[in-house]
Amino acid sequence: MNLVHWLYLSVLLFSIGAATVLVRRNAIIVFMGVELMLNATNLAFVTFARINGNVEGQVIALFVMLVAAAEVVVGLAIIFTIFRTRRSASVDDANLLKY
Amino acid sequence: MTLLSLGSGVYQAAEGSGPGVYQAAEGSIQTGAWLLVALPLAGAAVLLLGGRRTDRWGHWLAVGLSWASFVWGALLFFSLLSYDPEQRARTVHLFEWVHAGSFQVDAGLLLDPLSLAFVLLVTFVGSLIHVYSVAYMEHDPDRRRFFAYLNLFVAAMLLLVLADSYLLLYVGWEGVGLASYLLIGFWNQNSAYAAAAKKAFIANRVGDVGLSLAIMAMFAGFGSVSFSDVLSQSSHANEGLLTFIGLMLLLGACGKSAQFPLQSWLGDAMAGPTPVSALIHAATMVTAGVYLIVRSGPVFDGAPNAQLCVVIVGAITLIYGAIVGCAKDDIKKALAASTMSQIGYMMLAAGLGPVGAAFAIFHLLTHGFFKAGMFLGAGSVMHGMNDSVDMRRYGRLSGAMKITWATFGLGWLAILGVPPFSGFWSKDKIIEAAFIGDGWRPWVFGFAALIGAGVTAFYMSRLFFMTFQGSAENKRWPKDAHPHESPLLMTAPMMILAVGSAVLGLALGVSDGLVHWLEPVVGAHAEEEPVLAVPVLITLTLVLVALGVALAWRMYWQAKVPVVAPRGSLLTRAARRDLFQDDLNEALFMRPGQYLTRSLVYVDNRGVDGAVGGLAALVGGLGGRLRRVQSGLVRSYAASMLAGVVILLGGVLAVRI
Repeated sequence: MNLVHWLYLSVLLFSIGAATVLVRRNAIIVFMGVELMLNATNLAFVTFARINGNVEGQVIALFVMLVAAAEVVVGLAIIFTIFRTRRSASVDDANLLKY
Repeated sequence: MTLLSLGSGVYQAAEGSGPGVYQAAEGSIQTGAWLLVALPLAGAAVLLLGGRRTDRWGHWLAVGLSWASFVWGALLFFSLLSYDPEQRARTVHLFEWVHAGSFQVDAGLLLDPLSLAFVLLVTFVGSLIHVYSVAYMEHDPDRRRFFAYLNLFVAAMLLLVLADSYLLLYVGWEGVGLASYLLIGFWNQNSAYAAAAKKAFIANRVGDVGLSLAIMAMFAGFGSVSFSDVLSQSSHANEGLLTFIGLMLLLGACGKSAQFPLQSWLGDAMAGPTPVSALIHAATMVTAGVYLIVRSGPVFDGAPNAQLCVVIVGAITLIYGAIVGCAKDDIKKALAASTMSQIGYMMLAAGLGPVGAAFAIFHLLTHGFFKAGMFLGAGSVMHGMNDSVDMRRYGRLSGAMKITWATFGLGWLAILGVPPFSGFWSKDKIIEAAFIGDGWRPWVFGFAALIGAGVTAFYMSRLFFMTFQGSAENKRWPKDAHPHESPLLMTAPMMILAVGSAVLGLALGVSDGLVHWLEPVVGAHAEEEPVLAVPVLITLTLVLVALGVALAWRMYWQAKVPVVAPRGSLLTRAARRDLFQDDLNEALFMRPGQYLTRSLVYVDNRGVDGAVGGLAALVGGLGGRLRRVQSGLVRSYAASMLAGVVILLGGVLAVRI
C-alpha cells in the first residue's frame, strides 16, 4: 500500500477540522474541529516517520497528544466558565475584546 | 565689584605730552567720573526698589542726587579747564567689559569738551526740572515712580554722552529710550498715552537698528568700536564703508532726534507729563542724535554723501516742523513741532562739518535752556488752567500769571533770534554757516534756514500771543477756569532758565568762547565767507522775523481768535495732521505690515499646520480603518490565521519549486 495515501487522508482530515472551526458557532464543536486538525497532523507525522524509516515523527506525535490533552483540559474549562456566566456556548457571542 | 576697583585709570589721551603731568586732586575728580552716572542710577534703584516706604522723601533724594551729579560735572569742567586745550580729552578706564578673541571693548568714560558741555546741560537743566516736578507732580499718587524714572533718564543720558566707545554709547542710547518710553506712558491708564509711548518706542527701534548696523560695520571695518580707534582710522578708510556707517548713524540720529522721516513720534510723546516733555523731548534726549553726528565728525568728513544727507534731513525737518507748528492748537504739540524744527537746524549745522558743528552744539545748549523754559512755562499755564492744552481757550493770561508770562516771553525772544537774546547768537551763526560753500548748496540750504527763521517767528509768536496776549475780547477762558500763578518751586526753575535764555548766548558767543572750547573735538576750520555778506544775512533774518511777528500780531493779537478752529486752508488742514506723516506711515508700513502678518498667520494656519494636521489625520484615519479588523469574532481571526499560513506556505513552495 502506498504510504502517500495516508498523507492524502491527513490533508482531508485537516481540511474538515479547519472548516469545522471556521464554520460552526458552538464552542464544543469548534473544539472538536481543533482536535481533528491536531490528529490530522499526528497522522502526517507518523506517516512521515514510516516513509523516512525513523522515530522522530512518532515521538512528536506522542508529544502533540500530550499537549493536546493538557489543552483540552484548559480549553474545556474556559468554555465551561463562559457558558456559566453568559448562558451561551457560541463563539460569536464571546466578542467583548474588540476595537 | 568691578566699579569699586577702578584704580588709577586716568591717562593722557593726548600723545606725546610726556609722563608725570598727573595732578592728584584733579586726577581723583576724574577717576570719580563714574559717580556722575552712578549717583542718579542709585537714586532710581532706591526709589524703584524702596517702594511706598520712600514716598515721603523719595523725590527730594532724586533732586539731591541730580544736583550732586551737576556739582561733580562742574568740578570736572573746572579740572579740564586747567589743561591746555589739546590735552582736554581724557579717558577714564572703568573695567574690561567685553573680551572675546580679537574683539575687545573696555568700558570707559571720555571726558572732553564736547561731553562736558552735554554733562553740564543735562545735569543743570535736568536738576532744575527735578525741582519743578516736585511741585508739578505734587498731587500725583505715583510721584515717587516719576522721580525714579527721571533719575534713570539722567543716568542713561550721562552714560550716553560720557561713553568712550560706540557700544557703551549704545547702552546709554537704549537707556534714554527706555526712560522716554516709561515717562511718555507714565499715565498709562489712558490707553492713548500708552499707545503714544509704544509709538515712540517703535520709531526709536527703527533708528536703533541703524545705530547697531553702524556699530557692526565699524567692527567689521576697523576691528574696534571705541571712539579713539574709529575716528582716528576713518581718515584713511574706504569711502564706501564710511558712507554706510554715516548713513546708518544718521538713521539712528533720525530716530532719537525725531528727524525726517522718523519724526512722527515726537508730537504724540507730549502725552507724558510736561516736565518730561521739557527735559527729554526738548532739552536733552532728542538732541542725542546731534551729539552722535558731531561726535562722529571724522566719519562724516570722509563721506561727503552721508554728510549731504544729514544736511538734507536737517533742512527738510526744520521746514517740516515749522509748518506743522503753525497749525497746532495744542500748546505742547506746537512746542514739540518747534523742537523738531530747531533740531533740524542743529542737524543741518552738524552736517556742514567743522564749519557748523560747533554752532550745532551752541544752538543745542541755548535751545536746551529756552525750550525747556518754555515747556515749563506751558506746564505752569496748564497748571493754572485745569490741565487744558488748547490755546484757543487761553488768551490774555499775562495778567493772571506774570512770572510765567515774563519767563516765557524771554524764551520766545530767544527762539526768535532777537538780539541780544541767546537764540540770536546760535541760530544766526547756523544760518551764516548754511550759506557757506559753493555751487547750489549754500543757496538751497541757506534759504531753507532763512525761511525757517521767519516761519519760526510766526508760529512762536502765534503761540505766545494766543496764550498770553490779545485784544480785550480775546479772553477765551472756559467758564470754570481761574488762572493763577504757580508756586515758587515751579517758577524758580523757570526764572533760572529764562535768565539762561537771555544771557547764555551772549556769554558763550560774544567772544566765540564755546567755539574755542569745542575746537579740540570738532576741529578748527578756515574762515570762509558766506555767499551773501554777513550783515546782509543778519538784516534779512531780522526782517523775516519781524514780518513773522507782525503777521502773528495781526492774526492772533488784534483779531479775535475763534474758540473752535476754523476749517482752514488745505495747507493748514494738512499741517494739523502732521502733513499726513502718520497716514503715510500707516499706508506704507503699518498696513502692509498687518497684511504681511495676517497672510503669514494664514499660511501658518493653513499651510504649515495643515500639512502637519493632515498627516496626523491621515494616520489616524488609517488606524481607524485598520482597527475594524479587530472585530472580536474568533472565527474571523482563525480564518485570517489560516489564510496567512496558506499564503506563507504557498510563498515558500513557489520559491522552492
